Amino acid sequence: MAAIVRFNLLTKPQLVATLPASVQLQRLQSTAPPAGTPPPQTKTKFGPLADEDRIFTNLYGRHDWRLSGALKRGDWYKTKEIVLKGPNWIINEIKTSGLRGRGGAGFPSGMKWSFMQKPGDGRPKYLVVNADEGEPGTCKDRDIMRHDPHKLVEGCLIAGAAMGAQAAYIYIRGEFYNEASNMQLAIAEAYQAGLIGKNACGTGYDFDIFMHRGAGAYICGEETALIESLEGKQGKPRLKPPFPADVGVFGCPTTVTNVETVAVAPAICRRGGTWFASFGRTRNSGTKLFNISGHVNNPCTVEEEMSIPLKELIERHCGGVTGGWDNLLGVIPGGSSTPIIPKNVCDDVIMDFDGLIAAQTSLGTAAIIVMDKSTDVIKAIARLISFYKHESCGQCTPCREGIGWMNKIMTRFVKGDAQPAEIDMLWEISKQIEGHTICALGDGAAWPVQGLIRHFRPEIEKRMQQHAQQTKRATN
Amino acid sequence: MIRAPLVKALSALGSPTHQIASRAVRTSAIVAQTPAKAPEKIEVFVDDIPVQVLPGTTVLQAAALVGVEIPRFCYHERLAVAGNCRMCLVEVEKSPKPVAACAMPVMKGWRIKTNSDLTRKAREGVMEFLLMNHPLDCPICDQGGECDLQDQAMAFGSDRSRFTDIHYTGKRAVEDKDIGPLVKTIMTRCIHCTRCVRFASEIAGVDDLGTTGRGNDMQIGTYVEKLFLTELSGNVIDLCPVGALTNKPYSFVARPWEIRKVSSIDVLDAVGSNIVVSTRTNEVLRILPRENEDVNEEWLADKSRFACDGLKRQRLIAPMVRMPNGELQAVEWEGALIAVAKALKKANGQVAGVAGQLADVEAMVALKDLINRLEGETVVTEQGFIKGSGTDVRANYLLNSTIAGLEEADAVLLVGTNPRYEAPLVNTRLRKAYVHNELQIASIGPKVDLSYEHDNLGSDPALIKDVCSGSHAFSKVLEGAKKPAIIIGADLLEREDGAAIHATIVEYCQKLKKPEWNPFNVLQNNAAQVGAYDVGYQAGADRAIKAQPKVLFLLNADAGKVTREQLPKDCFVVYIGSHGDNGASIADAVLPGAAYTEKQAIYVNTEGRPQQTLPGVSPPGMAREDWKILRAISEVVGTPLPYDTLDELRSRLEDISPHLTRLGELEPAGFNETGAQAAISKSISGVAIDVKQKELKDYFMTDAISRASPTMAKCISAVNKQQRQDEQSKQSVAI
Repeated sequence: MAAIVRFNLLTKPQLVATLPASVQLQRLQSTAPPAGTPPPQTKTKFGPLADEDRIFTNLYGRHDWRLSGALKRGDWYKTKEIVLKGPNWIINEIKTSGLRGRGGAGFPSGMKWSFMQKPGDGRPKYLVVNADEGEPGTCKDRDIMRHDPHKLVEGCLIAGAAMGAQAAYIYIRGEFYNEASNMQLAIAEAYQAGLIGKNACGTGYDFDIFMHRGAGAYICGEETALIESLEGKQGKPRLKPPFPADVGVFGCPTTVTNVETVAVAPAICRRGGTWFASFGRTRNSGTKLFNISGHVNNPCTVEEEMSIPLKELIERHCGGVTGGWDNLLGVIPGGSSTPIIPKNVCDDVIMDFDGLIAAQTSLGTAAIIVMDKSTDVIKAIARLISFYKHESCGQCTPCREGIGWMNKIMTRFVKGDAQPAEIDMLWEISKQIEGHTICALGDGAAWPVQGLIRHFRPEIEKRMQQHAQQTKRATN
Repeated sequence: MIRAPLVKALSALGSPTHQIASRAVRTSAIVAQTPAKAPEKIEVFVDDIPVQVLPGTTVLQAAALVGVEIPRFCYHERLAVAGNCRMCLVEVEKSPKPVAACAMPVMKGWRIKTNSDLTRKAREGVMEFLLMNHPLDCPICDQGGECDLQDQAMAFGSDRSRFTDIHYTGKRAVEDKDIGPLVKTIMTRCIHCTRCVRFASEIAGVDDLGTTGRGNDMQIGTYVEKLFLTELSGNVIDLCPVGALTNKPYSFVARPWEIRKVSSIDVLDAVGSNIVVSTRTNEVLRILPRENEDVNEEWLADKSRFACDGLKRQRLIAPMVRMPNGELQAVEWEGALIAVAKALKKANGQVAGVAGQLADVEAMVALKDLINRLEGETVVTEQGFIKGSGTDVRANYLLNSTIAGLEEADAVLLVGTNPRYEAPLVNTRLRKAYVHNELQIASIGPKVDLSYEHDNLGSDPALIKDVCSGSHAFSKVLEGAKKPAIIIGADLLEREDGAAIHATIVEYCQKLKKPEWNPFNVLQNNAAQVGAYDVGYQAGADRAIKAQPKVLFLLNADAGKVTREQLPKDCFVVYIGSHGDNGASIADAVLPGAAYTEKQAIYVNTEGRPQQTLPGVSPPGMAREDWKILRAISEVVGTPLPYDTLDELRSRLEDISPHLTRLGELEPAGFNETGAQAAISKSISGVAIDVKQKELKDYFMTDAISRASPTMAKCISAVNKQQRQDEQSKQSVAI
């Protein structure tokens, strides 16, 4: 679900328009000085990432994931000093880094965190970490949590300090049993070492971290559904506004962020925002965990520089597409909810937010699903739609009814038992869902269908023809 | 149940969210009148028409201000905003996506386009999705003709279906649920607007309804098969925009275009709910609520709504006279009137009258005038009140804080009353105040479920003294409140020590009262009661018995408080009323009267608001309007009453008390009037305080009409069955 979060947010100018004037003013004041702006990018070639620039140095679990191992890798180094530099410094550093939310929405994290800085009204503030990684194809957060949990614990403290949060809730996907165990142990270790809890790291700042296990609903990865679920209610997205930064968990200001976003914050603060901003194109800076799965020789999760070309990413880290690059059919570049792109687009697409938007798809969670020519692409998309149908919360009409309908049509498309005119109808239905729902699950379900029709329409038509001929033969 | 901590937390802050939250539920007429600190208005444009609105106004409300109605299914102005039907999507300039008008607060300068291509397309899309799984069974659907989905599909939908899958997999089908004898469910028709769920948890205060399942499998239901146990269940029928929840007793009875609608008043409790009586071919088919902000908002209690089939059963359709063999025999009017007149002549002024709970003001005045002309003095109500002359002062027996006013109360003490069943729509006000206004409620009496949290202080009558002397903890709450209220049950004042209780509380209320706020309230439970006191009836049938009359008139008196044994052997009992119930069974002459749906008559509700019923049908058989019967008797007996028409009778009413004919208007009782009883001894006995209606099953049958209603009988047996099941399951858990 993580990918969905981002599309849910309004466009930037609109979001700003919905905020109280005081926040707008504050935002103007804090972004206007050049201190908060990332330095311009001068590089033109991106990737591969040098080993010394990796943030997640135990991504594959080859080393000790516990506190002692984490300390060796440099976690918790001078955390006290970072916290003591104060919220403004931390947020400024995050802004300088150009970090954009890693859950899929790609909203600038520095700005999002700064929404929490408006004058308090007596209510406590909360940081909620979205560890409900349910987007098919995505497996980055689980690797962080099982192999490098202290990155996340430390990130919670720093992000929490930046927001003035009283506590962090880590809402972890229920299926992640081992990850939850490791996470819980890491939290316990941090408490015992005095790194969090009362007087965290000796900073005088009290900060608690709680972990909450979900019960296996994809929709609970949507930020407001996650909040509802955390409150013990049915995981159904809330209407926005009010946004969580105004009324979030338990009615208090809340920021919901992805695991990866939080986990990279300590490294940014330690190595400086400009260091982070030196990777990737402008507005797409940083390093990123890519999950490559499907028809590649060596599926893997890898930390790479943003803006790396897709082809290079697959060839360098995954041993290439099975049967060679020419055997590629298409790629879903950002988790199941992003539109598929065919081989000719894959040839030179750049893996970052803007590059993929230019290709009429999106970076999402950077979970790359590679499909070679052996794939029945219609069936693959139909399977995704049946997933979304199953995971729709049923609250609002277009999603509840529309995805069910799309699923029915797609099931027939797999067999070819349909009329060509229905392809256009399916397109319209997906457009009727997109942008008309409370949360972005509807969008996430509509896009794969749109991607399929955009790039593989002849395939669908061919199958319909075949089916028509078969039935004709059968009746004769 | 929501007593939103969020709303509370925000109210102090005046954040924009709070404004949205508090706007989510429409405040009553009175609350709306109180001038809030007016924040600066902002200008928005609805279809290029500029309109000034307060910040926090939703797009839908702003559009309503310029007369543009945005289609909606899930939005209801008295319920929290859900925003899930998406029918109200409208385009806002510069917004890439259409916004949900019901939930989105307007921003300065927004240009809202309620009829643009984008808006129309969005509506058409949502409508198509809704109709995709909605069965097209309008011809056999009870909602047909008054269905929101039908109407809006006509107005905003596409003209043809694209749902090709009807030939493959078909539509969704959902099993119906049995949620009781009042509400019929056809869940396949449900469009999941969740209005019923929100009504149940917000207004009725029972969390029985909810959603289960996800996506296309989401269902509205009671989680486990059980009754929807509330005295307000019928309102979900009105709220349901489709035919998923329909009126079970009314199912397949009539189409909306066949029926005639008459605006009237409900008389089955003392609230005086405004109703619409639907009739066809001289038959009352159903009763619906009519909006009245000051009384019932737009709700109606189940008894008022569903007991109307009692109007067709146990009816008295011909005058009857008791024959020497003890049998009542039907006679012509002439014979009956002569028999009554003979008895009256013999009585020599030893005549008394008892008015029951359904008696209208006109008939009561006619009866009083008749008895006075015959030199009788005793005209009383069946329901008792405090001993002495308590009814002389109007404020002594009214709900002085008013029904709508109770919404503003911040501390309420209930003494010997269960408003949930005695006056369900007063209880919804209390609940509303509890949810939205931090109302603190305590009760003295048995422990009952009021649908909101309250502090049961106990049933010891000594508590009244404790509270009223200021020594009880709750006294502090009352004294510290801006608008405190004490509500006494009418039945409590029937007790021997009723006067003492009354006097004690009146005295305390003198201390509590604020300018423009009278904290003293009596919650009557009969529609006739306040009207009777207003026209000079005394309280308590025992007075009539004590007078040992030769002729006793029972005007709709069916509560069984007068028995044959208490009366002299030769007493001639005349019953005037609509139903063959307790009163008719002891009568020597039975004169068939009209029920409330058959006459134009005034009733005064518990807060003292006179309202009139209008005839929807004519009285059955030889039955006549009650006052006309009395007028006829006066003619035969030789002392004709000086009014021949209803207008003349109404001007007589005006002479007695001018407020009675100011229909719909509330005449507040004089502010300093209470306290006339101070001289009475204040010894409150030790008998525990009780209420008659403790549970839902006690609620359904309380008067002649509801006792005759088969639907109400079904309700009671259904509630009993549910109770047995609950007990069984409890036992099996214990084992």
